[in-house]
Amino acid sequence: MPALTLYDKIWSDHVVKPYSDGAALLYIDRHLVQEVSSPQAFAGLDARGVKTRRPEAHLAVADHAVPTKDRDRPLPDSLAARQVRRLVENARDHAIAYIPMRDARHGIVHVIGPELGFTLPGATIVCGDSHTCTHGAFGALAFGIGSSECECVLATQTLKQRKQKRMRVLLEGQPAAGVGVKDMILALIARIGVGGGVGYAIEYAGGAIANLSMEARMTLCNMSIEAGSRVGLVAPDETTFAWLAGRPMAPAGADWEAAMAYWKTLPTDPDAVFDREVSLNVGALAPRVTWGTTPEDNLPIDGVVPDPDREPDPDRRARMQRSLRYMGLKPGARLNEVPIDRVFIGSCTNGRLEDLRQAAAILVGRRVAPNVAAIVVPGSATVRLQAEAEGLDRVFRAAGFEWRDSGCSMCVAMNDDRLQSGERCASTSNRNFEGRQGPNGRTHLMSPAMAAAAAISGKLADVRALESRRSMA
Amino acid sequence: MTPFTRVVSVAAPLPETDIDTDIIFPARFLLLLDRRGLGAHLFHERRRDGVGARFVLDRPPFDRAQILVAGRNFGCGSSREHAVWALADFGVRVVVAPSFGEIFYANCFRNGVLPVRLEAAPHGRIMTAAETGAPIEIDLGSQTVRLPDGEDIPFEIEPGRRRDLMLGRDEIDAILADDIGDIRDYESRRRATRAWLDPRLK
Repeated sequence: MPALTLYDKIWSDHVVKPYSDGAALLYIDRHLVQEVSSPQAFAGLDARGVKTRRPEAHLAVADHAVPTKDRDRPLPDSLAARQVRRLVENARDHAIAYIPMRDARHGIVHVIGPELGFTLPGATIVCGDSHTCTHGAFGALAFGIGSSECECVLATQTLKQRKQKRMRVLLEGQPAAGVGVKDMILALIARIGVGGGVGYAIEYAGGAIANLSMEARMTLCNMSIEAGSRVGLVAPDETTFAWLAGRPMAPAGADWEAAMAYWKTLPTDPDAVFDREVSLNVGALAPRVTWGTTPEDNLPIDGVVPDPDREPDPDRRARMQRSLRYMGLKPGARLNEVPIDRVFIGSCTNGRLEDLRQAAAILVGRRVAPNVAAIVVPGSATVRLQAEAEGLDRVFRAAGFEWRDSGCSMCVAMNDDRLQSGERCASTSNRNFEGRQGPNGRTHLMSPAMAAAAAISGKLADVRALESRRSMA
Repeated sequence: MTPFTRVVSVAAPLPETDIDTDIIFPARFLLLLDRRGLGAHLFHERRRDGVGARFVLDRPPFDRAQILVAGRNFGCGSSREHAVWALADFGVRVVVAPSFGEIFYANCFRNGVLPVRLEAAPHGRIMTAAETGAPIEIDLGSQTVRLPDGEDIPFEIEPGRRRDLMLGRDEIDAILADDIGDIRDYESRRRATRAWLDPRLK
C-alpha cells in the first residue's frame, strides 16, 4: 500500500468514476446553500426541469445579506429581502431544510455547519462560498464552488474535479502570550503569498496543531483561500471527536462507533510525500496586522509600513504603491500609530465563542476610544446565546461595543453594516480587498484580541502592551 | 453554452497583479438574482473612480475588447461566479494571465470563457501587443495566441476542458446523460459501508 495523505484518502473514497482526461467525478456528501450564490443555481435547475437529487444532503441558511439588528421587525422591502425570500421559496420547492433568520440555529454557514454536526471528518462538503475551506478543520474535504457547480451538486450530488497537489504546512513551537492562530495564518500568507497555495490542498500539521482548539483550527483552515488554496485540512484527533460528540446531526450510538473507527484511519500516513512542505516557527511570531489590500500585506504590529521603492519585483512594487494609495498610508509610518474609526469583531474567520472570549478578556474594565464605533457580530445565534450565558455581551456593551445578531455583516458589507468612504477599520475578518467593507473603506485584518486592543486605543495597537498593563494593575 | 473556437479582437491590457473578484464585481451587486445583465457592474469602482486616466474598458478601442490581459493571480478571492458572468456579459471571452484564482478559473469554463495561463515571458509579449490596440487572435483548436506581428504563442489547457468549450457542452447535461448509473452504484455502496454519512436534520 502506498503511503497516503489525509487529502488522498478522502479524495479516493469519493471518486464515483475517473475520466480519461485525468479528472474524476467526485461524490459530494454535504452542500451548504446560502442566498447569494444559490438563486441562479436553482433557476438553472428549474429551467432544466430537474429536481434536487438528494434534498437531505443540503442545508440552507441566509447569512450574507441579512441585517444584524432589529431582527424582530419584518425585513424592509429591499433587494436583500427579495434575495432571502427567494432562498426560502427555493428551499421549500426543492424540499431542502431551511434555517430561518430568527431560528436559534441561525448563523454563518461555516459556523453552523460544524455546530450542527453537519460537518464531519472524512466527508466532502461544498458551498457557493470560498470560505468553505473552514470545514477542513474537521478533516473534511471542503471547498468553495461557483453557482454553476452548486447547480451541478443539486442535480447530481457530484462534481467533476481535478485533484490538487499536496502541500503540508508544519506549525512548530508554542505561540507567545498575545499571539493567536490568526497571527499564524497571516504569517503563513505573508510567507507564501496570496497565490502561494494555488493548485494545492494544504494540510496543516506539526506540534502546534495538537494544542489548537477546534475554533482555532477553523480560523486556520478558513484563511487557506487567502493563500490561494481552495482546501485546508487538519487531521481529526481527540479534540475533533470530543467537539463533535452529541452534535444534533453527528452520528450517534453504533453509527458513532463506526464513524470513529473510520475517522481514525484518516490521518496522513507517516511516509506520505507532499509536493511542497513549508514550516513556520509559531513561537517566534508577534501579533500581526495588514497594511495593504491583500491578506499577504501583513507585518508584526511593531513594524512600519513598507517602502515600495525597496521592492525589487516591479509587479509587486506597483501593487504596493496602489495599496498604499488606497489605504492612505505612507512608507515608514509606524503601524501602531495608525488611527482607526471602526472595529468589527465577527465573520466566519473569527465569529466563534473562543474569539469573543479572547476579545472580551482585553475589554474587561476598559472603554472603546471616543473616536471609534465598534460592533460585535456573533457568527451564529448559538454563539450569541453561549456568550450571553457567560456574560460576554455585558463586557462588550460596557466597553461601548454594539452587540448584534448573527451573520456575515461587515466582512462582506452586503447589508447595512459597512464602512463609509475613507473610514478605517480594525477587523477580524478575512479580506482587506479594496471596497470589501464598503466602497473606499480601509480594512486592517487582525486577531480578535488585537481588534479589541485597537478599539480601546483608537489606533492599531499591540495587545501585549495592554495585557501587561492589566496584570500590573 | 456558446461553443468557443476562435476569437479575434483587441485585447484590453490590465497590468495589475492579484485582481480579486471583489474588484471585478463588488459585493453589493451580489443582491441581484439573475446571472444576466451584470456587465453594467463589471469593475464598478474602477470604471467610476474618476481618478486619473479612464479605466481601460471605458477607453476605445478597448471598450469592445473580447480579450482581457491581466497580471498574475487574476480572479483570486471570493467564489462569486458573478465575476465571470459580468465579464461575459460585457463581451469578454478570453482572459490571459500568468495565473488565476482557482474557483474563478473553474467558473470560466462553465460560462464559455477561456482562461489562458502563460509563463511570464510570453505573457509579457502579449501585454505589450495588447497595449498597441492591434487585434490579437486566440485559437482554441490549435491552442495558440497569434500576435499582430505574426508570432504564435502556444498555450496549455486540460484536454477535457478544451473539448467541452469547443463543443459548448454543458457538464450537468453530460453527467445526467452518462453517469447517473455510476452515481447510483456509488450511493448504494456507500449506504452499505458508511451509513453514518447520511445526513439527518432533526
